[in-house]
Amino acid sequence: MRWALTHLDDIGQATWEHAVLVVVSVSVAFLISFAVGIWASRQPRVYPPIMGITALLYTIPSLALFALLIPLVGLGRVPAIIGLVAYSLLILIRNIATGLREVPADVVEAALGMGMSSWQLLVTIELPLAMPIIIAGLRIATVTVVGIATIAAYINAGGLGTLIFTGIAQDFPAKIVVGAGLASAMAVGADAGLSRLERRLRASREA
Amino acid sequence: MIQAAWAYLLSHPKLFRDALVTHLTLSGSGLAIAAILAVPLGILLSQSPRAALLAINAANIGRTVPSLAVLAIMLPVLGTGFLPSLVALTLLAIPPILINAYVGIRQVDPDAVESAVGMGMTRLQVMAKIELPVALPVISAGVRTAAVQVVAGATLAAFIGGGGLGDFITSGIALMQLPLLLLGAVPIALLAIGTELLFHRLERALTPRGMRSGSS
Repeated sequence: MRWALTHLDDIGQATWEHAVLVVVSVSVAFLISFAVGIWASRQPRVYPPIMGITALLYTIPSLALFALLIPLVGLGRVPAIIGLVAYSLLILIRNIATGLREVPADVVEAALGMGMSSWQLLVTIELPLAMPIIIAGLRIATVTVVGIATIAAYINAGGLGTLIFTGIAQDFPAKIVVGAGLASAMAVGADAGLSRLERRLRASREA
Repeated sequence: MIQAAWAYLLSHPKLFRDALVTHLTLSGSGLAIAAILAVPLGILLSQSPRAALLAINAANIGRTVPSLAVLAIMLPVLGTGFLPSLVALTLLAIPPILINAYVGIRQVDPDAVESAVGMGMTRLQVMAKIELPVALPVISAGVRTAAVQVVAGATLAAFIGGGGLGDFITSGIALMQLPLLLLGAVPIALLAIGTELLFHRLERALTPRGMRSGSS
């Protein structure tokens, strides 16, 4: 473990790269899912095919998806982010659409009766009520992406996976342990942090 | 490129078959061992709330640990090859099965259990005739999640010398041979989708007729 102490900057760098990869991918996925989720909650007919396509993407093992992207976009961060976004869509769109559809019909009707436009309805009523479910989706997507992002190091995207893979290649256990440990800690931490947020939102909903 | 991949497959049928067999053996046995351990354990846990709290929390944390982390950590502990890969895949498959087995039994309507007891059924009969059949769809949903995860995880076994179809991807990337890469990636993707569909059907078949709904 002496390696870890003398290479704190390398470890910090890998952790930072990993976090950036996760935040960028989840943010892009969230923006796409937000638009698609609102659309799908308004148009019940488009929901099943959207779920079918995103479930298909979600099922493809990550190493295979990254490999399939190589002929199209090569190696590096771009294919990594495309792959990670693809994995987040199912969970995010599903939770955003479900959250919006679970807003009670009489609440919506009362708001419309008060003369709200559909935009006001969305921003002031529907989104706040759907927020706990949306955050739950964000939590699951983030945890998934933290894990899969380790594999993205294999296509040169950097991050904590780099430590794991160089550790394997050099038969250097300390690198494996540090890389795997920090990636796990990041996943568990993201899960705990976002579940707290989720619980707090739920509690304020009920108050 | 697809033609080149196909040509490679035709000229090396044994290589491909061996990789496929290793992949299926790894995933199948990992899943089977996990199910044999986790289903009874989950059912047992549903009977003791205090032990359950600890075990289910542990399983939830285990579930968030990245697959690659679980596989890579085997290397310093057990070395390379088939066995460390199998152990890692078994560990990956346990949490979803355990959680669903526990939740499946817990969500059985207490009134149904009570009326069964009132009819004079023993604890074992209640478990066999009421709780298990009602919980079966949830339990098999857990097995399905685990199965897809294990098929994907087995791809990563290539990194620790466990073999399988992932070997084609790693050597395809190392040599920048795109046909070789496709020979791994396409079958792996199809295998994962096939596993999902197969277990989905199984789940439906195991759902008691009265509980089936049109949509799921």
